[in-house]
Amino acid sequence: MTQRVSTGRLAGSVAVAAAALMVMAGCGGGSGDSGAQGGAPSGADAAPQTLNVFAAASLKDTFTTIEKQFEQENPGTDVTLTFAGSSDLATQINNGAPADVFASADDNNMKKVTDPGLTAAAPARFATNTLQIAVAPNNPKGITSLAQLADPANKVVVCAPQVPCGSAAQKVEKAAGVDVKPVSEEQDVKSVLSKVTSGNADAGLVYVTDVTAAKDAVQGVSFPDADKAVNNYPIAALKSSKNQELANKWVQAVTGPTGQQTLKAAGFGAP
Amino acid sequence: MTARTTVRHETGVGLPWWMWIPATIGFALIALPVFGLLLRADWAAMPSLLLSDSALDALRLSLITAAVSTFLCLLFGGPLAVILARARLEQRPRLLGAIRSIVLLPLVLPPVVGGLALLFLLGRTGLVGRGLDLAFGITVPFSTAAVILAQTFVAMPFLVVSLEGALRTAGERYEAVAATLGASPALAFRRVTVPLVLPGLASGLVLAFARCMGEFGATISFAGSLEGTTRTLPLLVYLQRESDESGAVALSLLLVVVSLVVIVVGRPRGMDGRG
Repeated sequence: MTQRVSTGRLAGSVAVAAAALMVMAGCGGGSGDSGAQGGAPSGADAAPQTLNVFAAASLKDTFTTIEKQFEQENPGTDVTLTFAGSSDLATQINNGAPADVFASADDNNMKKVTDPGLTAAAPARFATNTLQIAVAPNNPKGITSLAQLADPANKVVVCAPQVPCGSAAQKVEKAAGVDVKPVSEEQDVKSVLSKVTSGNADAGLVYVTDVTAAKDAVQGVSFPDADKAVNNYPIAALKSSKNQELANKWVQAVTGPTGQQTLKAAGFGAP
Repeated sequence: MTARTTVRHETGVGLPWWMWIPATIGFALIALPVFGLLLRADWAAMPSLLLSDSALDALRLSLITAAVSTFLCLLFGGPLAVILARARLEQRPRLLGAIRSIVLLPLVLPPVVGGLALLFLLGRTGLVGRGLDLAFGITVPFSTAAVILAQTFVAMPFLVVSLEGALRTAGERYEAVAATLGASPALAFRRVTVPLVLPGLASGLVLAFARCMGEFGATISFAGSLEGTTRTLPLLVYLQRESDESGAVALSLLLVVVSLVVIVVGRPRGMDGRG
């Protein structure tokens, strides 16, 4: 009798554990890689020419604007934009993602793609970006200099040194002789910005263009040593592209006058 | 006791041969990626990669926070499971079902959503967080406490599900007998119920601990990422991957080893299929 009861009880707990493990596995897998497949082409309509552009997250607004102009000027063309961190995109391209053009937020990550010889031509620089201090509207903490970010009374968020905006932050800190003690080192610049817009941080080091894009949600504070860390944005058509001509056209659209005008309006510097 | 079990295992019920094919594919799907991780590892550099300050800080932080969170899961989730399994609410029969649905939400909710929810509650501009900040100058995000809260949030349902299932399977007959013999509810609970559900409780604790060790989404969105304070092992793996792939692989293997230790050493009787 005891034996039967105990077997039933164990079977029950095994079943529950198994069910829980299944759920756990399902959840764990979904958390990290959102957006990895976001830009896959539909492939259903063969008639229009499709172009897959992989671009750094900071290019979201500008490239979306350029996309509209490009599709108007090239009827029958469908541009699919995929935005993510440059290093994620470089990894995806190196692993065979179907991209026609890659626009990176720094030379380092473009190098990951040029080194194995995956670009069709040498990358062209099309923009630069510098850092700015993002603070809450009306600057309640009265932050006017980089040195104030070292004050422990201010909760400061920066990017981790492993990502481009974080290495830029390290460079400007070094140039200014300031040792910022952040409460968090985020994975990407948009996470830094959201910590400031949500009011959980007093200040964050982000790109000028992020401040412009955030409109009224944050206020930007410029500082003298920002020009010590200038990020170059390179773009290149990829060798694996089935439509080199169209890929080159996109590169020209970005480096050409209308593209440059859009980028300038968003706060990007000239290449 | 072994006689019956042995007989069942040796003669068994015949298995349809084709069962092996999907089973093998299923096994390969789990085993091969881990094997791929082993192939990709830079074994020569492994010691220096694993013994770096950032790796040791992350491992220490992960173990401590996961242990504290698992304890909190037991402290609060244990009684919750008992109430869900045993409470009699004659007046409000649907109330328990509603509570259960909410308690199980983190099982199916993407962890990053949980992190955002915690942020909107306890962040500096959140419902409760604003009060904490103004009254006591306490800010929860960016602290180790935030990591523990995030882990407890996502892991507690695992303990509740396991324990509630065990309680329901065990039934209440023995407690009823104990009561006729004069045992108080407290004594019957301690001497009868707890020993009966121990395997279910143990598997629940192991699951909760494992879930805490692997927690990523809620932590990064609620607690942020700072070495020694909030950057647990999964957060470090995600960050290392940006700049140093072999470092990320080494840390991933460390997490695989920790998980295997949790499964093998901490495996309760209910999980090894023999009992």
